[in-house]
Amino acid sequence: MADRVIAGRAIVAGNAEGDALVTSDALSFWGGYDFHTGEIIDRRHPLAGVRAAGRILAVPFSKGSSSTTAVLVEAVRAGTAPAAILTTGVDAFFALASIVADVMYGKPFPVIALEPVDFASLRSGEQLRIELSGVIRRI
Amino acid sequence: MLQLSDDDRAMLNGDRGPAPRLAMSILVRMADVYGAAELMDISQAHIDSTIYLGDATLDFAERLAALGARVAVPTSLNVSGVDECGWKDWAVPPDWAAKAARQMLAYEKMGAVPMWTCAPYQTHMRPAFGQQIAWGESNAIAFANSVIGARTERYPDLLDVCCAITGRVPAVGLHLTAQRAGQMLLRLAGVAPALQQDDQFFAVLGHLVGTLAGDQIPVIDGILVRPAEDRLKAFAAASASSGRVALFHMVGVTPEAPTLDAAFQGRAAPPAIEITTADLRAARRELTTADGQPLDMVILGSPHFSLAEFSLLAPLVAGRQVHPRVKFLVTSSRLMKARAEESGVLAPIVAFGAQITLDTCILASPMLPPEIKTLMTNSAKYAYYAPSLLNTRVTFGSLADCVRSAVEGRVVRDESLWRIA
Repeated sequence: MADRVIAGRAIVAGNAEGDALVTSDALSFWGGYDFHTGEIIDRRHPLAGVRAAGRILAVPFSKGSSSTTAVLVEAVRAGTAPAAILTTGVDAFFALASIVADVMYGKPFPVIALEPVDFASLRSGEQLRIELSGVIRRI
Repeated sequence: MLQLSDDDRAMLNGDRGPAPRLAMSILVRMADVYGAAELMDISQAHIDSTIYLGDATLDFAERLAALGARVAVPTSLNVSGVDECGWKDWAVPPDWAAKAARQMLAYEKMGAVPMWTCAPYQTHMRPAFGQQIAWGESNAIAFANSVIGARTERYPDLLDVCCAITGRVPAVGLHLTAQRAGQMLLRLAGVAPALQQDDQFFAVLGHLVGTLAGDQIPVIDGILVRPAEDRLKAFAAASASSGRVALFHMVGVTPEAPTLDAAFQGRAAPPAIEITTADLRAARRELTTADGQPLDMVILGSPHFSLAEFSLLAPLVAGRQVHPRVKFLVTSSRLMKARAEESGVLAPIVAFGAQITLDTCILASPMLPPEIKTLMTNSAKYAYYAPSLLNTRVTFGSLADCVRSAVEGRVVRDESLWRIA
């Protein structure tokens, strides 16, 4: 059985709670995320058509366009961003989006890096709570 | 622990004004994210944040401009959200055009060079081998690092401009020699030279390498041809669309990989993953989402069409006419269009019935009318993004296939090299 507590590393610290949306495939938010709806639109991605707004999105890393950050900041402004993003390594794109969302709108979102084994234990639909320390609790 | 220079601290404290303070405050937080011990100088930047997406990108640009931001190093500007002079010929909403133009103005005010192109490496602002730069735009990052040997991290929008304003970057990653060594080995196995010479080959290979490379620096061995620069450009754009490639080494082709040993900086190469002709055929199939022959538009120029590409297109279209049901659009920069005009290769392309869009592209500007449902392109980047971003179906083919299809008014492809033997 999966551990109830996962020790994540807070790349951008923050609190969040929500249901997990998990993929092992990298994602470009530009061309991959509609910030008007909060839906993943990359037709080549397994989560195509799924709404990620308000959910805790676990995606190993960003790929593709440099504009991934800009799309994420637009989503924060529009209220359609994921509640948090969990990754397998330090992803500068997601971190920057959160930092700029903080600077511009006072609305950062947690970005947490996980060990690959912990990332692999995540399942879509499970309820997660992210704490300031980077600890993630299954609730 | 991050050590700042006196200059860095002066900027952070606001001694150089509010814009460097804002830019440096973001840069310092990012230096922590990257785990940098210090910042380092750059001598050039390319800003991708020019692409207007909505109110947030405009807010950010106008806030920096209002604070009096000026770039500290020579800086080129990427595509914008609108063709300033030509948008009225298309379906761009006037409100979008106005806001995109405001965003362009904000970045121009910062003293950056209004080149409005995603191929800055084909202009006079091409960086040099070993030059430390901060570039946004995924295709340009991969090209600058790999084909030129300049050094940039994979910079996201909104950070590129902070680097340009401060002239500083976190001293990490692809700026450092040791971090530029290859991390995985991909080897072409039995891929015939005739296929490698086909003008779709490097775009298809790039698409495949992007999907295989994950977050690693790929080394590609077994290239038997000497690719023209625009083919490496197609490879870079493709691998940075299907994947996150910011640096690749091609043994015997790119400057940091004269040998396999050099590509891995003398370390032992990992076991090779083979790429076969069958893998390439499958990758090429992935780039096509349309079935059948309907065709509304041929679209060329992602990354922006170069003079060499205009020169290849001109003899293919000379004396022919685009079918009345089909649009034929080339996206490029003002500079390249002017060069094509001067050298005489633009005239036959315009006479053929092609249209030219400048400053932007069909992915960055909402210019296509809704009746355009089926596209054909020789660009793996257009082929990758168009189905999701534009809700269109797309066929990938060679430049000659694109021209022939536009003339006949239906998709036709010469499959002789790609058909299963």
